Amino acid sequence: MKARAIDAALLAAGFLAGWQLLYWLVGADVVSSPLATLSRAVTLLQSQNFWHDVAGTGLAFAYACLIGVLGGLVLGLLLGLNRFVSDVADPILGSIYSIPKITLYPIILLIFGLSLAAKVAFGVIHGIFPVAIFTMNAVRNVAPVHRRTAKALRLSPFATVATVLAPAALPEILAGVRIGIAVTLLGILIAELFAASSGLGFALIRATDVHNVVDTFALTLLVFLFAVAVNALLHATERRVRKT
Amino acid sequence: MPFSKVGLARAAVIVAAFVALEILCRAGIIPRATMIPPTEMAAALWQILESGRANADIAFTLVNTLAAIGLSVFWGFWLGAALHALPRLRRVFEPLLSAYYAVPVFVFYPLFIVAFGVGRTALIVMGAMFGVVAMIVNTMTGLDRVPAVIARTASVLRLGPLRRLVLLRLPAASPHLVTGVKLAVAYAVIGIVAGEFILSTAGIGKRIAFGYQDFDNRTMYGMLLLLLLAVMIVNGALSHWEKRLHLRFGQS
Repeated sequence: MKARAIDAALLAAGFLAGWQLLYWLVGADVVSSPLATLSRAVTLLQSQNFWHDVAGTGLAFAYACLIGVLGGLVLGLLLGLNRFVSDVADPILGSIYSIPKITLYPIILLIFGLSLAAKVAFGVIHGIFPVAIFTMNAVRNVAPVHRRTAKALRLSPFATVATVLAPAALPEILAGVRIGIAVTLLGILIAELFAASSGLGFALIRATDVHNVVDTFALTLLVFLFAVAVNALLHATERRVRKT
Repeated sequence: MPFSKVGLARAAVIVAAFVALEILCRAGIIPRATMIPPTEMAAALWQILESGRANADIAFTLVNTLAAIGLSVFWGFWLGAALHALPRLRRVFEPLLSAYYAVPVFVFYPLFIVAFGVGRTALIVMGAMFGVVAMIVNTMTGLDRVPAVIARTASVLRLGPLRRLVLLRLPAASPHLVTGVKLAVAYAVIGIVAGEFILSTAGIGKRIAFGYQDFDNRTMYGMLLLLLLAVMIVNGALSHWEKRLHLRFGQS
């Protein structure tokens, strides 16, 4: 544990040193110094506009996670129960997952207009596929002996899923949920960078448009820290579930 | 293989999805302002390609993407190999690598624009930054999984370091290297097209975003179709290759 803390400190120190060097090298027009960025970040944390943007992003993020994770779980369970169906679906889901979804954002804007719904929908199409793919594979890979036990106990299909398949597949499903939530955040931020009327991504692209270097760096830093925190939280949850 | 039962069912599902979309569009249930029927998308794409008016944009995106893929595969491989050789350094970077894709890398695109201006360089850097970590991680996994017996074989045969790498370790690690390339390609495309969408002077992504802003649905859907087809074909080919290598060398 102690060695890991030292490693983390080393990484952070190296990162800050590199940043400061870059600042000295290219100047304040292009890169804002670590100190200026941090102090601006602190100012931002106290401003009302910033929290307004956080609320905009957060609301869309919460809705999109809810819909994407639930939808992905249901889709993955349904597809994973039958070997033939999952064989058919696997490459289709895989290729949908690999397409750059940013190109679909205009379609979503045409359907939903420039609204919260558009952001949520865009987040959902990012998150739902990894959750579905991981869930499907997790259910498929449940040891056959578990399935046979369920059969021997004459469990109903619902009881089979709830008491045998879901618990057995849980660790792998959680990995899918973690990735799904991470890419949902990614989707919402991209949506806001491209076209939105509020949110952190919107604030970021606005700062870039007016060439406000310090704001751009400070906002990037805050979004970065937020994403790292979300990821760490999800990792910790996953580890706890794996242990039990 | 293409005529297996699974393959036929898959083809049927895809065709059914397109037919359903076509019917929904033709019947007006999906309004024309939202989506044009798939057949018209294909016709629009044909027209764009025949007239050649998008050639410059296609070339722009293609060259940038290839540059980004080249950079991320090259640097990803060597950085991955270096970190594999230096476990102490690797332990320091491990948390960064594992958290990398949880951070929306696009938030750095505005920084690249500030640093490099709007144009090719910012896009290529964006694409390469997005792809390189997948290559690093998979290179390390691939080298980790090289069985110990292979190293012993190399000593028995008294191979030099270079021949050991090229003849034994690279083939043994190749399934994971191809996975890395596949992911690097997918991420590089996403990075570049997203960059073009957000702010750029040219490119396929720019054309699609322009089509959207001008209510020019034919251009938008035509270019969209082109991009999706290209990505799916490349991804499918790489997945196929990856699967074959896994079967040949794999202990997965």
